[in-house]
Amino acid sequence: MELDPLLLSRLQFALTIGFHFLFPPLTIGLAWLLVLVEWLGWRRGDDDYVRAGVFFGKILGLTFAMGVATGIVMEFQFGTNWAEYSRFVGDIFGAPLAVEAMFAFFMESTFLGLYLFGRGKVSKAVHWFSILMVAVGATLSAFWIIVANSWQQTPAGFVVQNNRAELADFWAVVFNPSTIPRFSHTMSATIIAGALLMAGISAYLLLKDKETAVARKTLKIGLIVGLIASMAALFPTGHHHAQQVARTQPEKLAAMEGLIHGRENAPLTLIGIPSEEPPELNFAIGVPGLLSWMAFGDAGAHVDGIEDLRAQGHPTPPLAITFGSFHLMVGLGSFFIALTGLGVLLLAMKRIDDSRISRLFLSLLIWSIPLPLAACQFGWIVAEVGRQPWVVYRLLRTSEAFSQNVAAGEILFSIIMFGTIYLMLGVLYLFILVKKIKQGPQPLVVKEI
Amino acid sequence: MRTMDLNTAWFLLIGVLLTGYAILDGFDLGVGVLHLFARDERQRRIHLQAIGPVWDGNEVWLLTGGGAMFAAFPLVYARVFSGFYLAFMLLLAALIFRAASIEFRGQVDNAGWRRFWDWAFGLGSLVPALLYGVAIGNVVRGLPVAADGTLNVSFLALLNPYSLLVGVFGLVMFVMHGAAYLAARTDGELQQRMARWTTGAWTVFVVLYLVVTVATFFVAPYYFEGIQGNPLLWILAAVLLGSIGYIPVAVNGKTFTRAFLASAGAIASLVGLFGLSLYPRMVPSSIDLSNSLTIYNASSTPRTLTVMLIVALIGMPLVIAYTVYVYRVFMGKIVITKDGY
Repeated sequence: MELDPLLLSRLQFALTIGFHFLFPPLTIGLAWLLVLVEWLGWRRGDDDYVRAGVFFGKILGLTFAMGVATGIVMEFQFGTNWAEYSRFVGDIFGAPLAVEAMFAFFMESTFLGLYLFGRGKVSKAVHWFSILMVAVGATLSAFWIIVANSWQQTPAGFVVQNNRAELADFWAVVFNPSTIPRFSHTMSATIIAGALLMAGISAYLLLKDKETAVARKTLKIGLIVGLIASMAALFPTGHHHAQQVARTQPEKLAAMEGLIHGRENAPLTLIGIPSEEPPELNFAIGVPGLLSWMAFGDAGAHVDGIEDLRAQGHPTPPLAITFGSFHLMVGLGSFFIALTGLGVLLLAMKRIDDSRISRLFLSLLIWSIPLPLAACQFGWIVAEVGRQPWVVYRLLRTSEAFSQNVAAGEILFSIIMFGTIYLMLGVLYLFILVKKIKQGPQPLVVKEI
Repeated sequence: MRTMDLNTAWFLLIGVLLTGYAILDGFDLGVGVLHLFARDERQRRIHLQAIGPVWDGNEVWLLTGGGAMFAAFPLVYARVFSGFYLAFMLLLAALIFRAASIEFRGQVDNAGWRRFWDWAFGLGSLVPALLYGVAIGNVVRGLPVAADGTLNVSFLALLNPYSLLVGVFGLVMFVMHGAAYLAARTDGELQQRMARWTTGAWTVFVVLYLVVTVATFFVAPYYFEGIQGNPLLWILAAVLLGSIGYIPVAVNGKTFTRAFLASAGAIASLVGLFGLSLYPRMVPSSIDLSNSLTIYNASSTPRTLTVMLIVALIGMPLVIAYTVYVYRVFMGKIVITKDGY
């Protein structure tokens, strides 16, 4: 079999970004939750929160290290595997990556060291400030990475000359049409990931009757923040993002929604079974007119389908993966609202841990810990597969972007290498995470300064 | 004096980033290599404790250097990184292992587990410490950049004797730097041991420096052209010789922080000399020097360079300010704690 360097490069990118992207959402979400927890510990002088901070801080540190280890690859991979892409977009795409490093990555890693190792060495105010800077840095980091990726989705602020895309307007690049919708939607997803991690771990401690005073407090924070973020992921951020996709990337919208033939009164498909070539959607159940209304604010509005866009000469992305991932993401998002909503209800009724039903609910919370990460992965797949066959939308094809000077065998080698290392790291991360969770919050050691 | 053009400013800025990286991650790479030679568990924990709060901030200098290279000289980023494919993958694997080992080692109380991660940490530090020099050696030697700017070079071709020599030189330099750092942050028996390591590595470093310089005359004669008249050469050379000469003095006087700073000065002036000799080339071509990737033919547009220069002039002073602050918090002799590594 002839090895295809393009396919291999795409597989490697999917593998390395997919694995990397498990960690940043947890880091960002957990960092913001710790800003809250540490604030309560500091201002209320409540040691339960301080102990929760130490406990979840260790999990943050572990997760952050995994993000760093896997993130190094990302900073260089455009050059190693996507040299033609780097050459073509370097004048524009390198800038947000460099800004991310200078304004965000330094901040989060430097202050994380201070946060994790500085307790007792610096004042409580400085210590709280350090976790705030970790959260701000992680958020800025997400912002600049999303700027770079959004430019691939909805390129703006450039001219093509000298056989490459050259910068015309920096702020138009930064605030390209999809930056803000995608950033806000991603941020809501990261908060869900952090909140459900905190809630799930607290549920475990409650079920095991360990450190229940601490666990009740963090469970409450996780559930309330989780509910707010889950609702925000749907509205306004998810809705806003979908409207932007409808406006700026109709091919992606058609594939997400499984709309084959354009029409007025386009239905919002709830379920259906897609198949490719010719694109079809079978056994579809949907709400008539709802897609038109959600996308353009008018139930009668015309929405282009896959066939219409093809007829206009625009290539369309793989249908099944885009449609399937999108619907799984939305399904999970709806589940998070129900889950955290129920949790907040139980909290309000003060029935969170005193009945068989509430114990079932707590077990469900534990098993829900990985689900926001699955939703993040599905969302990312929609974003990236839904953009195909373009690496920069309607400007540069993925097939033109890979490194011509790297042999397929070399890429195969690196895929196997990363695959092996990541499998090992993933197993060890879970092993150590579970170990830390089982240890639970520890008593405070009074340090002598 | 001519005003400095944008491309030169960026060349200088990337030089500053790489110097920052070499000085900061340099000592923790050196500590990692020394970890392979540690005598007991206490020493190993001191090693990890010594770099624990700062190592990932140090590594960000490399990421920033990579990002800045992408933004300012995308053609160098694209051609060199794909051209060095396997070497780069090896480097990335080593850095991943290194990061993982620092985090994982202390998590399980088991001798076999710790031994495994000790090796991962040591080799994960040794491989990058060696490869950086190998990469620099290859750049000095020149790479087969074709007339259309493309670059094809096999992994084995990168491992030529001259580049390996530079690699070993770099490795020894990082070991010296790491030993001086540890000497400054420990006391008693371990401090004396690190003092001996600093002096020993320093001796090898001086010998290798002479050998590398002579070899470079033969391998890359272009390297010395046109810089003799440059006053910067003499300033950098003076800093280099002063720093190198001062290291054993400081070690003998037991002022290890000064030894560490002198070693940092030596590293900075070496990177400076490398940049000065290369300028304005970034990747000299071994096929024909006129094919070389330079700061002009490989750069971004003036608009991008301007925007990013403003970004860097705002961003980097902030970075330096809080990095200095955090280092000050963690300065002093290392105490092993339960929460540490």
